[in-house]
Amino acid sequence: MTTTSPITAPDHRRVSKAAVQQEPPSRRRFKPGAGRQHHAGPFAYFALVVVGLGSLFPLYWTLVAASRTQDEVLDTTPPLIPGGNLFNNLEAAWEQANLGKAIVNTVIVSASITAATLFFCTLAGYAFAKMRFKGRGVLMTAVIATLTIPPQLSVVPLFMMMSDIGWGGQLESVIFPTLVSAFGVFFMRQYLLEALPYELIEAGRMDGANNLRIVWSIVLPVARPAMMVLGMLTFVQAWNDFFWPYLALNQQNPTLQVALGQLSASYVPDQSIVMAGALISTLPLLVVFVIFGKQIVGGIMSGAVKG
Amino acid sequence: MTPSRQAWRSRLWRFDDKASPYAYIAPFFLVFGAFGLYPLIYTGWIALHRVEMTSLDQMEWVGWENFSNILQDSEFWTAVTNTFVIGVISTVPQLMIALGLAHLLNYKLRASTFWRTVILTPYATSVASAALVFALVFRADGGLLNWVLGFFGAGETNWANGHWSSNIAIAVIVIWRWTGYNTLIYLAAMQAVPSDLYEAASLDGASRWQQFRNVTIPSLRPTILFTIVISTIGSMQLFGEPLLLEGGQIGAQGGTEHQYETLSIYLYNYGWNLGHLGPAAAVAWAMLVLLLLIAAINWLVGRFMRKTAA
Repeated sequence: MTTTSPITAPDHRRVSKAAVQQEPPSRRRFKPGAGRQHHAGPFAYFALVVVGLGSLFPLYWTLVAASRTQDEVLDTTPPLIPGGNLFNNLEAAWEQANLGKAIVNTVIVSASITAATLFFCTLAGYAFAKMRFKGRGVLMTAVIATLTIPPQLSVVPLFMMMSDIGWGGQLESVIFPTLVSAFGVFFMRQYLLEALPYELIEAGRMDGANNLRIVWSIVLPVARPAMMVLGMLTFVQAWNDFFWPYLALNQQNPTLQVALGQLSASYVPDQSIVMAGALISTLPLLVVFVIFGKQIVGGIMSGAVKG
Repeated sequence: MTPSRQAWRSRLWRFDDKASPYAYIAPFFLVFGAFGLYPLIYTGWIALHRVEMTSLDQMEWVGWENFSNILQDSEFWTAVTNTFVIGVISTVPQLMIALGLAHLLNYKLRASTFWRTVILTPYATSVASAALVFALVFRADGGLLNWVLGFFGAGETNWANGHWSSNIAIAVIVIWRWTGYNTLIYLAAMQAVPSDLYEAASLDGASRWQQFRNVTIPSLRPTILFTIVISTIGSMQLFGEPLLLEGGQIGAQGGTEHQYETLSIYLYNYGWNLGHLGPAAAVAWAMLVLLLLIAAINWLVGRFMRKTAA
């Protein structure tokens, strides 16, 4: 029972396959799934149930608090099941925090950042993975090095620049700095290194295709599974981004997270209304997560191995 | 085709091959240059000036004044301490829990994808939503945690008021959001460990715990180092959690006594709350120096770990 063949064990392959469809060949060299031969005992399940409840409870309690009145939420015996005040609170949050506008803004920001990131990162990832050019190694190292620079270090001049070019308080100020990400370039490069054989590119060249043509008809179809994953990770990040949007935008033109922050900063915030706002800002991503959770999990894991 | 046209064509091809890779990577470097590197350097210039939020286009030279003001401000050092303390008490437990969880998930499990997705759910929650829910959990009057602790006979704790208790509260939010993500990174690394190593270890009669200690952990060393670096950079950025723990004007200065003020809050308070951008820029450069210090320490620790491994 303890040493069954590793071939029967690794069901993580299913996950990464769903995520990136093609198992990167480098992992085939090893026999993965080591240690997975052991079956989990009752203790393991118990621990997972505890951690799982801990992971989900704050989200559940957001719903509970959002569906009660503030008095009930702050009672000496806090409520543990949802009440009947949800729609009143949602309506109040909607009005107080400009949420309609915030949702539209958030969708615009997240969608444009995701689209641009996918386009630029796939191109750059392809160049770094498969094209020969001078300075490739140094430039790739430079890309990775930028990952270690926190945004805090540049927000002051960024704010001044944005107001200087007339983007102060505009969505452009949030979109443009994040049009392309170092993580995305790295992620696409790692994927294309293994998923895109040189023979395929050569075959395209034999047919007389120029570089752009090769990108369009050969690279993009091969990259599509990884682009799906990168797209979801980017979207989640853009949707949830807080620090820079909070500094750059204002109450008249907020994203959801900014609106939520301002809702809670009002003079005497009603906690159940604040929680209703939190619910609105979280729910769309939770839906995405329920549908694509498996792919997101696989994406994080496949990006991590060589990280 | 005439020879000259052919030559022209082949020159075009060569240009295409030479220029294309640079064209493909250019967007990244343009965006980073314009919105990352240039502002980063310009921050240092602004730090030597007086710039007010109310008149952004007026810069008045003040030399090192902003830096000396900050370094003499006890609030700055409180922020440094808090950032460091919260960084440690959020990173260490988080990575240890993640390591243990990854080990459990590496067993043969029923519904393994389900468990992975569940522990990753907090990752999909924004820092604002998470901070606001936990603000209710940690609330002094009517908070969920005090209610639970009441069953064990504990009196009411004013979590946000104490230095340690507020730092713990913020660390809990960080741990809640990021443990699942780190677990998956560890799990991926564990699955890449060649099974021969385990077979050899079990032939030598190593128990499961010994295999975990002597095979899994050493194989994961680069991944562990990677997550430490990422978490360290992350803790330098702590902003939403302290800002929204109590919210409003109190949150903007990191608590009534600055008891949970982080460096990012300090920067925000100077620049956006009080409106003095010069000192805010000086704070940013102080953060850069701290990051470089931490990077140097990380590098030394990494070298030490590699040496002891060899």
